[in-house]
Amino acid sequence: MFEFDYTFHWITVWNVFPEMLSAAMVTIEVAVISMIVGLFFAVFLSLGKDSSNELFRTPSIVWIEIARNTPALFQIYMAYFGLGAFGIHLSPYLAVMVALIFNNAGYLAETLRGGFASIPHTQMASSRSLGMTKFQAYRYIILPQVFKVVYHPMTNQMIWSILMTSLGTLVGMLELTGKTDQLQSLSFRTFEFYMVAAVMYFVIAKGTLLLSKLLAYKLFKGDA
Amino acid sequence: MNNKQIKYLIYALIFIYAIYQTIVSVQASTLTYYDLVFLLEGLERTVYISFISIIIGTFFGVIFGWMKVNLGVFGNIILGAFLDVLRSVPLIIQLILFYAFMGILEIEISVFWVGAIILSMYTSAFVTEVVRAGIESVPQTTRRAARSLGMTYWQDYRYIVFPLGLRAVFPAWISIVLSVIKDSALVSVIGYLELLKSTEELIAKTNEALLLLLGIGLFYFIISYPISVYATRLERKLKND
Repeated sequence: MFEFDYTFHWITVWNVFPEMLSAAMVTIEVAVISMIVGLFFAVFLSLGKDSSNELFRTPSIVWIEIARNTPALFQIYMAYFGLGAFGIHLSPYLAVMVALIFNNAGYLAETLRGGFASIPHTQMASSRSLGMTKFQAYRYIILPQVFKVVYHPMTNQMIWSILMTSLGTLVGMLELTGKTDQLQSLSFRTFEFYMVAAVMYFVIAKGTLLLSKLLAYKLFKGDA
Repeated sequence: MNNKQIKYLIYALIFIYAIYQTIVSVQASTLTYYDLVFLLEGLERTVYISFISIIIGTFFGVIFGWMKVNLGVFGNIILGAFLDVLRSVPLIIQLILFYAFMGILEIEISVFWVGAIILSMYTSAFVTEVVRAGIESVPQTTRRAARSLGMTYWQDYRYIVFPLGLRAVFPAWISIVLSVIKDSALVSVIGYLELLKSTEELIAKTNEALLLLLGIGLFYFIISYPISVYATRLERKLKND
């Protein structure tokens, strides 16, 4: 049925494999930075959404809902093309970074809110009555418990973040997918190049998961 | 007027101003009536490919989910690995790979079907987990009771597992539907002219980046937001029951 008239040329990929590896490092770098900065914003967004102050609440809700209800690709286009209308011209790298921070913050905020909601109010009340300040109560009682609850959803978000960086190729960023696209256009060995890229993404994603599990074992002494 | 009324008045004013500004800037721009039609066609394609992928993906997801519960260890490893790959490789890469592979096999296939097949498989990977969770959420005792009342295996699934499991995982399924609608934007990489791709072409043509992007952002938001609010309410309601 199928005339299989095609020879695979894996050696073409192997010749430029170091370049792909360094592109993979860019992917990891963007994912990790956008995750950390996103988490920073997410803390404020999650507290803001439940705040009684309208000035904090409305912007937080708007940010979270836009981040969760529009495609990540749209957010990247917005950062790359849309900001240009305000005279802000970002490089592809920065545009993807900004968009991913925006996206991660929105999703992480909801995760954190779930985490905060899972801690009973009595925990706060009893720490305060033990003479802790509000900051101490958050630092020593509330946050460690929240962290345990949100740890696994955060791992998932990290993996999402890695996969989302692949959208950067559409605005010309040279992360793993972008670099792969650039390299394959020299030889048109599309299938071989993307196959290798797919394997690399798989390894990165699974590696992250494994690392997170090992870390969880260390952090929670196996009880989570 | 109390505080709440003032708040809504301010929101209404902002809304009216936004509409006014939109009309003014559309009139001032180089966009024509045909560009709008072009965008609407893109929207139609987005809805179409999402709809097809959700239907096919859910169908396979239900089958895979059932298999996951009922297969032995060996079958589970193979199925699990297959679904794991679908979830751990970016959708863009999957689309390009499949498209290139079809080229290698010299199979004539439209971009629409390449997109729909990959998007369906991708959907099914997520639906599988949801279905598995749904089946396992029904207590063993309930199912044993059903069987001992003389129900057949399939009757047990049809009248006991399906209604109970559906209640437990319906909100999760909704959120998958939403993510498929959003992920359908990625099919543009292989040249399928859906909403985002149409916008990109119009941006290249008219240079009205901000206006067009805000417009389609609103489109996606209008599709996605009501469903997500509905799902959250439903989840809360089911939890309280």
